[in-house]
Amino acid sequence: MDVFKDKLLSSFIVFENQLNGQKKQPFHQKRREAIDVFEVKGFPTVKDEEWKYTNLKPLFNKDFNVFHPGEDSLEFSDIRRFFLSESDTYKIVFINGIFASWLSSTTHQNYDICTFSAALENHRDVVDKYAGSIARNQESLTALNTSFAKEGAFINIPDGKVVDRPIEVLYFTTDSDNNTFIQPRNLVVVGKNAECCIVERHQSLGKQLTVNNSVTEVMAHAGAQVTYHKIQNDDDNASLIDSTTIKQERDSKVTVHTFSFGGKITRNNLEFDLTEAGAEAYLYGVSILDKRQLVDNHTIVNHMVPNCYSNELYKGIYDDNSRGVFNGKIHVHPHAVKTNAFQENNNLLLSDKASIDTKPQLEIYADDVKCSHGCTIGQLDEDALFYLRQRGIGVKEAQALLMLAFTTDALKEIKIPELKSKLNRLIARKLNVNLDFNL
Amino acid sequence: MLKIKNLHASIDGTDILKGIDLEVKPGEVHAIMGPNGSGKSTLSAVIAGREDYEISQGSIEFVGEDIMDLSPEERAHMGLFLSFQYPVEIPGVSVTNFLKTAINESRKGRGLEAMPAKDMLKAMREKMAMLEMDKSFMSRSINEGFSGGEKKRNEIFQMAMLEPKLAILDETDSGLDIDALRIVANGVNKLRSKDNAIVVITHYQRLLDHIIPDKVHVLFNGKIVKSGDKSLALELESKGYDWIKEEITA
Repeated sequence: MDVFKDKLLSSFIVFENQLNGQKKQPFHQKRREAIDVFEVKGFPTVKDEEWKYTNLKPLFNKDFNVFHPGEDSLEFSDIRRFFLSESDTYKIVFINGIFASWLSSTTHQNYDICTFSAALENHRDVVDKYAGSIARNQESLTALNTSFAKEGAFINIPDGKVVDRPIEVLYFTTDSDNNTFIQPRNLVVVGKNAECCIVERHQSLGKQLTVNNSVTEVMAHAGAQVTYHKIQNDDDNASLIDSTTIKQERDSKVTVHTFSFGGKITRNNLEFDLTEAGAEAYLYGVSILDKRQLVDNHTIVNHMVPNCYSNELYKGIYDDNSRGVFNGKIHVHPHAVKTNAFQENNNLLLSDKASIDTKPQLEIYADDVKCSHGCTIGQLDEDALFYLRQRGIGVKEAQALLMLAFTTDALKEIKIPELKSKLNRLIARKLNVNLDFNL
Repeated sequence: MLKIKNLHASIDGTDILKGIDLEVKPGEVHAIMGPNGSGKSTLSAVIAGREDYEISQGSIEFVGEDIMDLSPEERAHMGLFLSFQYPVEIPGVSVTNFLKTAINESRKGRGLEAMPAKDMLKAMREKMAMLEMDKSFMSRSINEGFSGGEKKRNEIFQMAMLEPKLAILDETDSGLDIDALRIVANGVNKLRSKDNAIVVITHYQRLLDHIIPDKVHVLFNGKIVKSGDKSLALELESKGYDWIKEEITA
């Protein structure tokens, strides 16, 4: 890991020299502070309590390319299957971290749906106000991302505007002469009573190792409504570290759905700051893993003021040698009375070698709050399986139906029809059955 | 239709069935009665292929084939149906979706094409009307939050949709009030034909007032200890099971 760390530190000097005029912008000062944090802290290790179950060492002992040449050979028809729709969505598409304009469909009418690099030039006020002010700058991997932050999705919705179609953010990686390390940086600012819906996906198209160290900041102003879907179905050569931090103001409502069906290591750091009364946060997760896949969900909901609501439901199904980690923290700050917070994590283990480490963490420093949590670990119900088989449903299909039934609570809030049918297909393929589930 | 010879079954080392002989012919209705713990539900589970039981002796033939090595779903594809004493609740799977999967998997198992959605919907409507079921059933999750009576009606609804050759109704009358019992029994009677057969497993005579059996068997301590016609059921109703126990032990 130290070799790659040194490479990153020296790469920062190269990166900085390529920035030219941008070096003088306030945001660059944040990059400089961030690289210092990374230099001191380095990559997290299993000695770090928050990384106890997820060892990054085997990953970062490899060498990766940090800078990538442009790639323009990809056609839409090659990658159509990763999108929800050909024409009915906005699209911000990147290949090896570089914006692919010919695959994208951006807009500046009514709202800005474009790239972080464009915002660094044209929306400096928004960048300076929000970028790096929501993310957890003391986390070493977030700091690493910030120090190189230059490209990603930029979504800026003015007060009162409702985005008329889903926004798809896709990060593709392809093979080059070395393994690929990319650091997407997304900034989402949703104005008062504005609304948008985002679908994010990371997809490796090559055979080499890929690591995405992605950071997303979401600002939801008063009354804003944001739905953010993360589809994590990458190949076994690809890993993702996703750190998403969301700041919510009065009466805003933010929902994050995390679907983890694939990838070598998937680590989700999802953190909410509920900073004004009436804010509502919804966290839904569905993980279905097999082989040697690992998904590690670390969530934190900070109830900082009175009268906020949070609801978290994560469902995991683990087969073969796959592993799951769930660490859900609810932090009720002093004075945050009348907090309403729920958390549940249910898991099915389908093989003797699969495992789940689940840890609810409630830190409550206020009186008069309503907090509850629960977690379960179990197997498929044999009686239900026999019932389905007696009706002529094969054992594989019967298991698949029961697994879907198990996850259904965490799927029912999905509103986009195209996303529903996409998930339907992804889950059916993951469970190796040809069934129409009617999500 | 169904031919069981000298069937012995145990679970976790405990013998439950100790030599069952039973033959059911097409067009017949058999009733199996007996006190609690006599092995009635085990018998139905073993016929349907539940894998938890150890079968040490005997044979089961269904429509002329030995089915001892077949999976529950293969037996279902051949036309065997078991109405469960305790139907399982499966949240998240709608009745419609479940039946569609069950019917098409059964058809696939028999080498038939999937049933067109329109035909299936039509059949569902007809059968639901026959069982006086509300249309909202179709979109509800299987048995979730159903009352005892609704669960049993749902079982017979599935039976009607799957059109089995042999239906085993395990304690279908338990949990039913008089009206629901009449509706369910009428539904079953409408499904009777000279080509199919029904085995009714019950504690009490009252379901047999509506579904008239050709033969009545008394199961006791893992064996059929007495067989007769429908009058045997009436006799059991008025005299209880004790006289049979005495007869055997005498």
